[in-house]
Amino acid sequence: MTEPFQITIDGHPVPVTPGQTIGAALHAAGRRSWRTTRFGGRPRGLFCGIGVCFDCLITVNGRPPERACLLPARPGDEVTT
Amino acid sequence: MLLGDWDLVVIGGGPAGVAGALTAALHGLRVAVVDAGARLGGQYFRHRAAPPHSSTPGFGRFLGQVRALRERAEVLTEHQVWSVTRQVDGRLTVHCAARDGGRERPVALGCRRLLIATGAHDRVLPFPGWDLPGVLTAGGAQALLKGHGVVAGSRVVVAGTGPFLLPVAVGLAEAGARVAGVYEAGGGLGLARHPLRALGKAGEAAGYGVALARHGVPYRTRRAVIAAHGEHELEAVTVARLDRDWRVLGTRRVTCDTLATGYGFIPQIELGVQLGCDTRHDADGSPILAVDHGQRTSVPGVWAAGEPTGVGGWRLAELEGRLAGLSIAAAAAAVAATAPAVAAAAAVPTAANAPVPVPVPVPSVLLRRRRSARAFAAALLEAYPVRSGWQGWLRDDTLVCRCEEVPLARVREAQELGATDARSIKLLARAGMGWCQGRICGYPVACLAGEPPAPPRRPVAQPISLAALAAFDEDGTRTEPHTTEDPA
Amino acid sequence: MSDVIVVGAGVVGAACAYYAARAGLDVTVVDRGPVAGGTTGAGEGNVLVSDKEPGPELDLALLSNRLWRELDRSVGGFEFEAKGGLVVAETADVRLQLADLAAKQGIQHENVPAHALRDLEPHLADGLAGGVLYPQDAQVQPMLAAARLLRHSAGGRGGRLPGGGAVRLRLGVTVTGLLRSGERVSGVRTDQGDLPGGAVVNAAGTWGGRIAALAGVDLPVQPRRGFILVTEPLGEPLIRHKVYTAAYVTNVASDSADLETSAVIEGTPAGTVLIGASRERVGFDRTTSPPVLARLAAQAVALFPVLRDVRVIRSYCGFRPYCPDHLPVIGADPRAPGLYHACGHEGAGIGLAPATGHLLAQLIQGHRPDLDPHPFRPDRFQAEESR
Ligand SMILES: Cc1cc2nc3c(=O)[nH]c(=O)nc-3n(C[C@H](O)[C@@H](O)[C@H](O)COP(=O)(O)OP(=O)(O)OC[C@H]3O[C@@H](n4cnc5c(N)ncnc54)[C@H](O)[C@@H]3O)c2cc1C
Ligand SMILES: Cc1cc2nc3c(=O)[nH]c(=O)nc-3n(C[C@H](O)[C@H](O)[C@H](O)COP(=O)(O)OP(=O)(O)OC[C@H]3O[C@@H](n4cnc5c(N)ncnc54)[C@H](O)[C@@H]3O)c2cc1C
Ligand code: FES
Repeated sequence: MTEPFQITIDGHPVPVTPGQTIGAALHAAGRRSWRTTRFGGRPRGLFCGIGVCFDCLITVNGRPPERACLLPARPGDEVTT
Repeated sequence: MLLGDWDLVVIGGGPAGVAGALTAALHGLRVAVVDAGARLGGQYFRHRAAPPHSSTPGFGRFLGQVRALRERAEVLTEHQVWSVTRQVDGRLTVHCAARDGGRERPVALGCRRLLIATGAHDRVLPFPGWDLPGVLTAGGAQALLKGHGVVAGSRVVVAGTGPFLLPVAVGLAEAGARVAGVYEAGGGLGLARHPLRALGKAGEAAGYGVALARHGVPYRTRRAVIAAHGEHELEAVTVARLDRDWRVLGTRRVTCDTLATGYGFIPQIELGVQLGCDTRHDADGSPILAVDHGQRTSVPGVWAAGEPTGVGGWRLAELEGRLAGLSIAAAAAAVAATAPAVAAAAAVPTAANAPVPVPVPVPSVLLRRRRSARAFAAALLEAYPVRSGWQGWLRDDTLVCRCEEVPLARVREAQELGATDARSIKLLARAGMGWCQGRICGYPVACLAGEPPAPPRRPVAQPISLAALAAFDEDGTRTEPHTTEDPA
Repeated sequence: MSDVIVVGAGVVGAACAYYAARAGLDVTVVDRGPVAGGTTGAGEGNVLVSDKEPGPELDLALLSNRLWRELDRSVGGFEFEAKGGLVVAETADVRLQLADLAAKQGIQHENVPAHALRDLEPHLADGLAGGVLYPQDAQVQPMLAAARLLRHSAGGRGGRLPGGGAVRLRLGVTVTGLLRSGERVSGVRTDQGDLPGGAVVNAAGTWGGRIAALAGVDLPVQPRRGFILVTEPLGEPLIRHKVYTAAYVTNVASDSADLETSAVIEGTPAGTVLIGASRERVGFDRTTSPPVLARLAAQAVALFPVLRDVRVIRSYCGFRPYCPDHLPVIGADPRAPGLYHACGHEGAGIGLAPATGHLLAQLIQGHRPDLDPHPFRPDRFQAEESR
């Protein structure tokens, strides 16, 4: 996997350089938040960048939330918010 | 079924873990290294999947170490360790949640010796707006750059305390970001008198100074970001002038789309705490694992190296990793010498051509180097203390706990209700009960409670699905992994 | 000098202080730690009538259930939820036993046939034989409950409610001995000086035996460890009631020191799911045991397959104050006049706290208690031994 590929967020394409996490790819594409908090509805994206804060939780391919900053992006991954 | 019976399992593939694993493997031990990340490197040697690699000093040598390690040891990436247990006979089991292809799978590693090299994470302080997207930890911004080639923003403010702000700002500026300013809450005299100079690192400080000047980045001391503004994302920050205790003297607004903030580091020691390792407080009050000259913790069979034994940077981490590796090899050789029958099982590698363990002395030159590096690290921690004035930056509605969205007012209310320590603030206000288990809010809550941070008790150190957890059978080992492919 | 010194600021001590103050007595509550820092801080907060065998504990639980509802109205702020409990049976046999028990208990209940289980709990596993619904079962947030009861009692002017006694809270103060005037216990000695009082209430939970020992009397309260798993917060609540299997009832009543686990599952207002319950007598050992956690997880998934992919994000453990006959100790100790006990509630101290406080306040005042306290008398263990 050395060629750039795409993932989507709510159907919109996001380019990925191989080896990037989903969080890094989204942040690079200018997408800085992808969920809202339970009580205050506050937007959240990357914060610690290394899997510690859990701010970046994300739904990929309909699975239970994962940390976007740890999860390597794979071609065709579908992110929903 | 238990995956292997290793002479040594190393948790953490940063400078400390890789050095320790390789050293032990070169002495003939059967070693497995586990790391949560997709690639070895840890924080300092974090790198992109393919070139161009950063110009990180020491990186070439590190890649060499990794190559050598892969030939001699099992490397398990994307394995998150959630628990470590020790049986009465001294055998250790490392419980991981492995992620491959999105599915989570339990993996348990049995071993006789364990090296905890889990590093540290950023220490952050809360302030109004700190949970706006665009506010990142300093290490987070660095990780994006080093690990992904992603520049965190186009107009960036770097703020906090400690020498780590300098490489972060320089890295961002050199990668093309416009760095609007570096705001160091401590110190009084600027780069010319930066503590790195006093500590005999004049060259390093000057190098950062030159780089910042070249990019026209202002470096200001006694300044902090005390508020972040924006509707859905960061648009500007309030930068305050501070007195000695970090109380606000005056403010101005600085436009930016990204803030990288950090107030030092917090060693990740919960796995050691799970095992009952003795802890002590570092120069900055952080709980750390207590180790002897051979990096041995108080629990037999358990070693620790790098940031978990005190924040000291990658060089010290690597040095401690080597020392731990030597000390572990020596322990294995001692077993081999005294109890041949046990040793046959304990230390003889399966590969026929692998070396048989020999007694390993720990060179005193390494011990001396470590002593001076530790002294330097302690001096740096003391040069960049966190002052209590930050508590005055908070408003009643400022979130202290981001996960459970607990504002300062609820913390204060809990204290009114009889919460006299950080733990009872957690029980009454839910600060620290959420996803991150207090990794982020633990430090500020301890400060608000007026106590030094306690060693973290996290019996489940990483989230694990109920199905994966249920798959462990009675004796703490795993049953067959889920091989079912995900239909999605 | 206070009329009453309560040792322990857990939920039981808080309830004792609340009812004593409401009766007009001045109370000092002493705890070596913060409010709710003991077992109350490790409990789940179920207020159950369903799991009690007919007899004195059920009577106490029913009184307490009524009092919790009252307290929700008069004090509030502790997430009281009258959610109801659903006990499910894996086999037809067990289902009959459950129905039998429910009939003997004589409390509000509804037998639920297998096909109706999913109307109550849509995500229950296939193949269950039915169950019993107990609408009175409820839930509180135990730490908040203890804190609010104390706060409320001390909340008015001069630290008292109108017409009530004053309540003073002394946190971070360890009781190291008892004061005596003659035979009578007349206060406590602490690491921060003596606190004289008219009566001393031992509400030290799992450590109640140690307070009793300070008075030279024996009280066999032992720790019975329990682990709880806490899941990630769920987007939508999946579990409506407190749901548990019939095995829970037998485990609660068991005398074995060995590990026993049975599924007890419920959602909380914070969105997390709490999964219990394990019971084992291993002293005060806090070491996490992955096999125990694994068993709890397996039982939870068996009951609610929908939880398979849900993540556990933390676990905690606590030490239930266990007495050999599973009944709490409530009342004056004839062996040490002036000393009262309110401890040893095992896995039901949160549920039973208000009734305990209420009875004890009546006993201290010399009033006729609403319930016969004889089964809970402190010297009953001795009597059994000499028999
Ligand atoms: C985000 C961040 C960025 C940093 N960037 C720099 C930098 O650019 N320059 C610099 O000089 N210093 C940097 N540091 C400081 C850093 O602490 C270095 O000094 C150095 O990386 C420490 O080495 P280490 O081996 O002790 O730990 P680390 O390098 O932190 O390695 C620890 C490893 O353990 C793994 N790990 C931890 N817990 C678990 C677990 N439960 N299960 C599995 N794996 C686990 C982690 O994934 C990590 O790879 C950074 C720190 C942070 C937090
Ligand atoms: C895992 C688990 C789940 C549970 N779930 C439930 C449930 O769902 N429903 C339910 O009703 N019950 C439940 N329980 C049981 C319940 O938590 C206890 O019965 C109850 O909390 C006991 O309250 P307490 O006030 O008697 O004791 P504690 O809360 O332990 O209070 C005793 C206090 O005494 C203090 N103390 C002790 N010695 C001294 C001294 N020398 N000086 C000063 N202070 C002292 C301690 O610091 C402590 O704060 C559960 C228990 C566990 C472990
Ligand atoms: S950004 Fe903190 S966990 Fe991903």
